[in-house]
Amino acid sequence: MALCDALPTLLCKFPAIDDGTIRVVRKTIDESFKALVRSYANVIDVVVAPLQWFLNLLERSFTGAPWILVLAILLAFVFAASRSWRITLGAAVAMLAIGLLGLWNDTMITLAIVTVSTLLAVLIGIPIGIVMARSDRAQRIVNPVLDVMQTMPSFVYLIPVVMIFGIGKVPGLIAVVIYAVPPMIRLTNLGIRLVDKEVLEAADAFGSSPWQKLKNVQIPLALPTIMAGINQTIMMALAMVVVASMVGVGGLGRNVLQAINNQFFTIGFLNGFALVGIAIIFDRASQAYGRRLQKHSEVVHG
Amino acid sequence: MASHAIEIRNLYKIFGARGADHVEAVRAGMSKTELNATHNHVLGLKDINISMPAGGVMVVMGLSGSGKSTLIRHINRLIEPTSGEVLYDGVDICRMSELDLREFRRHKTAMVFQKFALLPHRTILENTCYGLEIQGVPGMERRRRAMEWIERVGLSGFENRYPNQLSGGMQQRVGLARALTNDAEILLMDEAYSALDPLIRVDMQTVLLDLQKELKKTVVFITHDLDEALRLGDKIAILRDGEVIQQGSGQDIVRYPADAYIAAFVKEVNRGRVLRVETVMTPLSGPVEGPAIPAGTVLEAAARDLSSAGASVAHVVDPAGLPLGRLDLHALVGAMVTESTEAREAAA
Ligand SMILES: Nc1ncnc2c1ncn2[C@@H]1O[C@H](COP(=O)(O)OP(=O)(O)O)[C@@H](O)[C@H]1O
Ligand SMILES: [Mg+2]
Repeated sequence: MALCDALPTLLCKFPAIDDGTIRVVRKTIDESFKALVRSYANVIDVVVAPLQWFLNLLERSFTGAPWILVLAILLAFVFAASRSWRITLGAAVAMLAIGLLGLWNDTMITLAIVTVSTLLAVLIGIPIGIVMARSDRAQRIVNPVLDVMQTMPSFVYLIPVVMIFGIGKVPGLIAVVIYAVPPMIRLTNLGIRLVDKEVLEAADAFGSSPWQKLKNVQIPLALPTIMAGINQTIMMALAMVVVASMVGVGGLGRNVLQAINNQFFTIGFLNGFALVGIAIIFDRASQAYGRRLQKHSEVVHG
Repeated sequence: MASHAIEIRNLYKIFGARGADHVEAVRAGMSKTELNATHNHVLGLKDINISMPAGGVMVVMGLSGSGKSTLIRHINRLIEPTSGEVLYDGVDICRMSELDLREFRRHKTAMVFQKFALLPHRTILENTCYGLEIQGVPGMERRRRAMEWIERVGLSGFENRYPNQLSGGMQQRVGLARALTNDAEILLMDEAYSALDPLIRVDMQTVLLDLQKELKKTVVFITHDLDEALRLGDKIAILRDGEVIQQGSGQDIVRYPADAYIAAFVKEVNRGRVLRVETVMTPLSGPVEGPAIPAGTVLEAAARDLSSAGASVAHVVDPAGLPLGRLDLHALVGAMVTESTEAREAAA
């Protein structure tokens, strides 16, 4: 390069820290992380055990129960949420097609993990969102963390998850929750912050305590936005179960992974479509529920 | 339940990070514009001294931005004062602890808002119950008490509707019912009727006056409309740029506006329907003449009485029928059509 000849080497070839130093740093961090994990192995087991138990319970009930019963319960849920025969019928058709294609069992396994991870994400996300809404400082701290969580490639944080929790269903579950929780937190925070100032003032004027204000005004008025968060969380969990199959989560995701490895075009797409099917069912049902919640918030008269 | 007077003393409010630092400067005469330009603080209220009559309607009037909302929010301390006192029943509201303040808000005050501020996800009944729910009154009782007030404000049959299914006027009836259900001694109304159509507004004024005859709460009513102020107020204070520029009875303000600004306001008023006979009567001298006109009659009605009796002089009587003063047609018509000389002097 002619240009490089004219420049000192320092400005031409980037002066990276030398490999030796990086290797030492890397080794130190990895080793100390591993040591940390080893010393907390007991604690980690205690944390993991209830998750394992709950996930297994749900998976066994979903796969063990007669399909007709599971289908009936699922459709009842969809109808209760959406109050729409069209959406319920669509769900029935999608589930029957999945069954006919021999994917019922795998779908049940996937449904179990998506259910548990969504519940966890809601349980973790709503309180954090509430804290963020109450304090600008908390918001300033949590927001960049969420930014990193949402932009970091999901494969990358599989690494510490596997290092801490090993390979298996629960590590997969934890990875899914980490991936799916940010929209829950963000939309809870947003929903509470958007609550009408006048209504909040009215609650204050009548002498509401902070808890009464949260329970009677902020959460109910933020609920449509929180529902949108739950909807996004479900969608992200469904996307992440495929990636999580790399650390041992079963179900539709694993089939997709195998199809990638073996170039099984048809199997890959069938499983993919099964995931799309349940995604659409959840999406339509939860959106319809959100719209029903919002019914009375819309201003009809001036 | 006896309502007490509200005493506001030397109240200052300066919005901004270091409001307290600028009280002295404002006291020494720094203007709102100057404060904003040099210190980037907003003068909300300056040296407010008002005593609001116990069991009466105190109207605070002023243009938008004059500090009305800021003032009324000091009475239940939705806004913290920069300095000064707000006394109710001997207690300075500004010095109450958090818990005392919450109890005070729950039991002594109720508020009606310009944009209604109802809870959209709750029915009319559930909205009306809100104050009692916060107080911890059991469900059955709070529903019973709320239903009474829903009836009183004319909303029977709507209790299971949602706010967005009602017109603005009806929503504000809910706002009023919610406040009254609290059974509080102080009723705060921040431009409660300003968002309503004129006819509905007059309707709602009547509702308030009728209720007030029986309830005798200490009402603080904010408005930017002089007609409304004159109709409702036992006492009126006029604010401009955070300062009280005149306070007194409606009659006083119409007859003797303190400055050109108020005079300009008052010019548009229909004096015949506002001024009462006792304001223009002269002391009795000699025998009682002409028809008897009860005190409290507005000039227009008195003029009608006089002309139908064919008389040019009447006398004003109190409710017991005792003569109070002499009313002369010439003075009466004069007061109806012209500004008083004092006002003209003030305007000049
Ligand atoms: N939170 C606030 N911060 C800064 N300035 C405020 C705040 N609230 C009100 N003000 C200012 O105080 C003045 C009085 O406002 P307000 O009491 O709302 O007037 P009104 O109710 O008479 O229209 C206005 O100049 C307004 O801009
Ligand atoms: Mg205002």
